[in-house]
Amino acid sequence: MKLIDGYPDYMMKSIELVEEKREKNISTAVKPMTMEKREQVLSKYHPDYMNSTKRKVSIGVDKGKIMYNGIVDLLEAKPILNPNDVDLSKIDYDIDLLIVGGGGAGTVASLFAYESGIPKENILIVTKLRHGDANSMMAQGGIQAADRPEDSPALHYLDIYGGGHFMNKPELARALALDAPKIINWHEELGVMYDRQDNGEFQELSGGGTCRNRMHSAKDYTGMELLRNIRDEARNLEIPVSEFCPIIEFLMDDKGQVAGGIAFNIETFEYHVIRAKATILATGGSGRLHLSNYPTTNHYGATGDGLIMAYHVGANLLDLDTIQIHPTGDAYPEPIVGILSTEKIRGLGAVPLNKNGDPFVFPLEPRDVEAATFIRECKNGKGIVTPTGMPGVWLDSPMIDIIHGEGTIEKKLAGEARKFKRFDIDMTKHPILVYPTLHYQNGGVEINEKCETKVPGLFAAGEVTGGVHGKNRLMGNSLLDYNVFGRRAGIYAAKYVKKAKAGKITLNHINKYNRMLEKANIKTTKKAPILLPEYRGEMAISRALDIL
Amino acid sequence: MSKESQVLVEKPDIKKAADVEKKAGALEVFIMGKSYQVPTGLTIMKAIEYAGYRFIRSCGCRAGFCGACSTVYRIENEQKLSFALACQKLVEDKMYLVQLPFVPAAKAEYDIGKLKPSESTLLTIYPEIARCVSCNTCTKSCPQDIEVMKYIQMAIRGDIKRCAEISFDCIQCGLCAMRCPADIKHYHVSQLARRLRGKYIDTRSKNLAKRLEEIENKKYDGDIEKLIKKDKRDIMTMYTNRRIEAEEEGDIGGD
Repeated sequence: MKLIDGYPDYMMKSIELVEEKREKNISTAVKPMTMEKREQVLSKYHPDYMNSTKRKVSIGVDKGKIMYNGIVDLLEAKPILNPNDVDLSKIDYDIDLLIVGGGGAGTVASLFAYESGIPKENILIVTKLRHGDANSMMAQGGIQAADRPEDSPALHYLDIYGGGHFMNKPELARALALDAPKIINWHEELGVMYDRQDNGEFQELSGGGTCRNRMHSAKDYTGMELLRNIRDEARNLEIPVSEFCPIIEFLMDDKGQVAGGIAFNIETFEYHVIRAKATILATGGSGRLHLSNYPTTNHYGATGDGLIMAYHVGANLLDLDTIQIHPTGDAYPEPIVGILSTEKIRGLGAVPLNKNGDPFVFPLEPRDVEAATFIRECKNGKGIVTPTGMPGVWLDSPMIDIIHGEGTIEKKLAGEARKFKRFDIDMTKHPILVYPTLHYQNGGVEINEKCETKVPGLFAAGEVTGGVHGKNRLMGNSLLDYNVFGRRAGIYAAKYVKKAKAGKITLNHINKYNRMLEKANIKTTKKAPILLPEYRGEMAISRALDIL
Repeated sequence: MSKESQVLVEKPDIKKAADVEKKAGALEVFIMGKSYQVPTGLTIMKAIEYAGYRFIRSCGCRAGFCGACSTVYRIENEQKLSFALACQKLVEDKMYLVQLPFVPAAKAEYDIGKLKPSESTLLTIYPEIARCVSCNTCTKSCPQDIEVMKYIQMAIRGDIKRCAEISFDCIQCGLCAMRCPADIKHYHVSQLARRLRGKYIDTRSKNLAKRLEEIENKKYDGDIEKLIKKDKRDIMTMYTNRRIEAEEEGDIGGD
């Protein structure tokens, strides 16, 4: 197929319409929707509102609760670990604090547990891939904190709560808003290079669903800049990390507490018994389960393992009847389908347009609403269909340099520009094609302000948890989430450790879970947690969405 | 027919297009020397998966941010070795591929709180940067197209600010360090430069300092408590009627 500036001819024709109307589209903006209009578009076009995507869980603490099919499948799968394969009389690590997951939340937790007095040799981070391999590293747009005089933590709270459809746990939303400025300050102390004005004040942009400009950024590599600083600090302190060694089940003790876990070396196939006085679950999200068949922005390791293991020990789950589809996943070219184009592109002024070059939505609605309007345009035949069958709408990126001056994209969206340039597309000259992509696990293991779960000895932080964001997370609140709650998990787990006494360790809960599956007469060949997604052979080729 | 309705008249037959492409576009690649047939249009990462491999190492974010999938390749009958991220580079015919899952370069340990940024800080902690022979191999091996040698020169000169700025997009894949004849650990050097700049050199925000003081004095605790206690209808009205800064500016996200 012949391409002009990276696009096939028929797509270029649509781009010509976008160009013709660009000036008019910059000067006339679409207004935000009313609450009623939002509800209307969500109920008709968002996968959260469709019955076919979800069902009731038939066993466990949340029996009867509705969750996405892909999650229920794994909750109703057989535990992958056979308790008979592990010798619990031989303890390989006997420590104070086990941290499951080496992404943002886990690493922050380790730093604050250490600061709270746990000796480093009594802390162990175990992680499935490399230390820092996580969605945290990939976040681009920014992190919210209400620190401008025009803003306040109370307004931030209101945005979080409204964005989450008023279903968040209020005390968690409060912690998120109120701790935010402290976190930014901690980052300054670590040496994070935030984007600043000449006078040292932060450059702060708006994000979808935020009523004030409070998005702090580090170009479009915000997540990478944060985590490489945080990880460097952990490395300087020599916090022990065991890589390629995921926990595949928690251990419990005879008092009903979580007491560590069984690690599995995915390269040598050995088990390690890790006994710990407290355990922090920080395994992140589940984009690689491709719920509702969506492509995903997520890391290779985001397979929802933590949800499954937590459920096996009796922790309850919240809000897994919702997923966050990010409005601007890449729809073209094929090799990057599903990869994120940051919300910052809209934050800087780019407007979504249909195939006729016409705007159809306020560019910064909350993510679920914005995404639903993209799906609406495509279902109504106003989208552009790529040569491989992927639908999409335009995001008119060249507007950014027109509004803010030439060179803005190069400076503030360096990562994005580089990504498209690799496929001969110049986003300063031509729009990019986007379609919603599976981005974030809104819900998860229920925690309180101290990051305690319902099961004693088990703490949780970051994307694996539920309650912070209710039914929908806003941009810039996930980087904030892993910092706020990673910190709290480290501090409160350290406090717990000082009083805790581990009893006799056991894996009886796995036998019990297996019996529960049998009793419920569930026929399944699946095993969980799955640890890694399957993309071999034909699976390597992205399939077109079956939603059109 | 209007111009608008002409667009997309020829909606492509998806299934047919994919079949045609698969037949016509089979490529031969050599994964660690072994030959495999793969379709066109895949990234190196997806091509390796198509060939039947399941990644444990050398695969991370799959989006160009984590540096896990650095790949060295050569095209048959060429001499030159090239460098790329497997998740970002399209597979080409007759590529000889190998991946680099780990880089054994030593990182210095330091207490960032006890360092002082001076012209000699980087040279003291990473003295080997002085051995740079300006061969520019590091720059040529960078999959992010960063001017690696230039930021090392800045480091030698003690220009922490510029070193941090030029190196900012580094994904720490380590290819630079693997190619360097002087055993410089470029990506570790620049990590230190950026931390020094962020902590000591950039001007701090006065707004943030003021807000921290207010939070310390519990200025907002009452306001949030009131919001939490409001009944649902009231808070929904409040949310709907709140003033949106970006909308009023008419210049969304202006900075």
